Amino acid sequence: MNAPAHAAILRVSRLGVAFDHPLGLVRAVDDVSFSLAPGERFGLAGESGSGKSTMALAILRMIRPPGRIDAGDVFLDGAPLSRLDEEGMRALRLAAIALVPQGSMNSLNPVARIGRQIEDAYADHGLKLTRAESAARIGALLQTVGLPEQVARMYPHELSGGMKQRACIAIAICLSPKVIIADEPTSALDVVVQRQVMETLGRVQQQLGAAIILVGHDLGLMAQFVDRLGIMYAGRLVEVAPIARIITAPRHPYTRALIAALPSLEQRGTLQGIPGLAPLLRDLPPGCAFHPRCPLATERCRAERPAVREMGDGESVACHLA
Amino acid sequence: MSAFLELRGAGKVYGGGLMERARNIALEPVSLAFDASRPAITAVVGESGSGKTTLARVLLGLARASQGQVLYQGQDVAQLKRAARRDFRRDVQAVFQDPYGVYNPFYRVDHVLTVPARNFAIAPNAAQRGERIAQALRAVGLRPEEILGRYPHQLSGGQRQRIMVARALLLRPRLIVADEPVSMVDASLRATILASLRRLTDEFGIAILYITHDLATAYQVSDNILVMYRANVVEAGAVEPIVRAPRHPYTRLLISAIPRVSTTRDWSTGETAPPRAMVNTHADTGCRFADRCPAAMDICRRETPTLRLLADRRAVACHLDADAPPLPEGNLAPVLA
Repeated sequence: MNAPAHAAILRVSRLGVAFDHPLGLVRAVDDVSFSLAPGERFGLAGESGSGKSTMALAILRMIRPPGRIDAGDVFLDGAPLSRLDEEGMRALRLAAIALVPQGSMNSLNPVARIGRQIEDAYADHGLKLTRAESAARIGALLQTVGLPEQVARMYPHELSGGMKQRACIAIAICLSPKVIIADEPTSALDVVVQRQVMETLGRVQQQLGAAIILVGHDLGLMAQFVDRLGIMYAGRLVEVAPIARIITAPRHPYTRALIAALPSLEQRGTLQGIPGLAPLLRDLPPGCAFHPRCPLATERCRAERPAVREMGDGESVACHLA
Repeated sequence: MSAFLELRGAGKVYGGGLMERARNIALEPVSLAFDASRPAITAVVGESGSGKTTLARVLLGLARASQGQVLYQGQDVAQLKRAARRDFRRDVQAVFQDPYGVYNPFYRVDHVLTVPARNFAIAPNAAQRGERIAQALRAVGLRPEEILGRYPHQLSGGQRQRIMVARALLLRPRLIVADEPVSMVDASLRATILASLRRLTDEFGIAILYITHDLATAYQVSDNILVMYRANVVEAGAVEPIVRAPRHPYTRLLISAIPRVSTTRDWSTGETAPPRAMVNTHADTGCRFADRCPAAMDICRRETPTLRLLADRRAVACHLDADAPPLPEGNLAPVLA
């Protein structure tokens, strides 16, 4: 699915996040741009430390000191979020852009019943409901995410991991957001439960017509779920393309290495890691940040940082060789 | 048989006792053996609560079997004498899931290597022990000069986990029990760590029990596989035929649930999430998978299936294979050879 700029529900434009560090400024997100069409499923993948979770938080302007957004902007339905004050942002979070944070099943309040936690979300966004209205809404909401209504009266410890994750999705969609950001929503679940939870997430996202940003490192999950995929490396978005294109003909050598690092069920003995380590953000190599690990690196890669080039159809790549 | 470590009908039940607390069967009796003459990587695969970690803990002597026996060199590990216990501790090593929690942040990483090297006197003097440590680090693909003298926070999760593998290797054990060794490291590093485990078996003749919920990595590195579901072994044998043609409906479900990097979207199933008990009791009758099984028959809810031996050196516990002969004494050793 393409995302021409005028139709975008969410547009991230040249966003930058920096952290103050005793050894100097650390760029966690560096000049990242992409757009989401309404209802689109966009994946954001990369290794730990690539900046993908920081990116998710930056969209919601939830970066805390010593970090700060120091460049670019995010546009929701064409309106820049940087113009909003903290109150405005608070109203917009959950209602317009909802986050399912990493490890969110552990972010549920352990001493409040699930129903109460959803009521809190309603109350916080100024929804005045009678007890009966609220109960009916919560019951319907829980059913949408595949949980029995009784869960409203249960505490988090009474639920399994998969049920807790569904409860988190219920909270995320309770105000019908236009964009859902899910940061590794299933990384703590086993494969069978992961599939069930992702099916639920996909179904509710379609019912709402919301766009979704799925952050994660499992390319198999991305291949089965998203429409377009962005690959992050050392804070930059190094490749964006429709999912079928990126897994069959990846342009960036890092994308190719990520795909090769996945264990296959088709052939044994094909597993290979990516040599070397992800670079430290405060000590990036000159030129292309991937060049020390890249099998194809040339002199140019060691000296000159590749710019992000638009390849048409919403595709882009940052590599001298692509 | 030259098995150095053997489970004979070893099972584990938590709870019960005087206060009659609810009993939970964590591991139904299982029989298998590790043979020093044929070292192999055996994967134990299953979801949370399947009993795979309990199996590891019983093997390591960290949990005492509540029934059956764990035998080391023919002796019950619960009753080993001092010297034999020391040999057992050296012969059977563990690598755990969390490469962060196992380190004391105040000590240099050398500490986790020098202490066992000294305690088990792997070499007569410090210089030779140092050389052995360097060798072990190189064997797992680390450069000793980049590792020794550093503090844990200065190293990546992948490096720390490989140090734990090096530590296990240092004592030249006959078996390493690795409980989810790569679930907390990045996909790009997983391959490297698993390759170093593979090398331990191929080059040093060390058997490995690789416990994981990730069937795809199990397929990549293992020779044998043991699939567990709610405290039971449901299917076991050589990895290739089992992944190619899974027999037990649970193994099929596990394999179909792996999201593949492919342009065909074949991931969805429509399997709903049935509420299921996480506690296994003796009162359960029938197959524990019956409530989720698409092929469940009446008998599945009445009778617990026993392990049966199929033609391709595989054991399976399913009523669909009721015409196959029973696995002799329920002992998995022959199918995991």
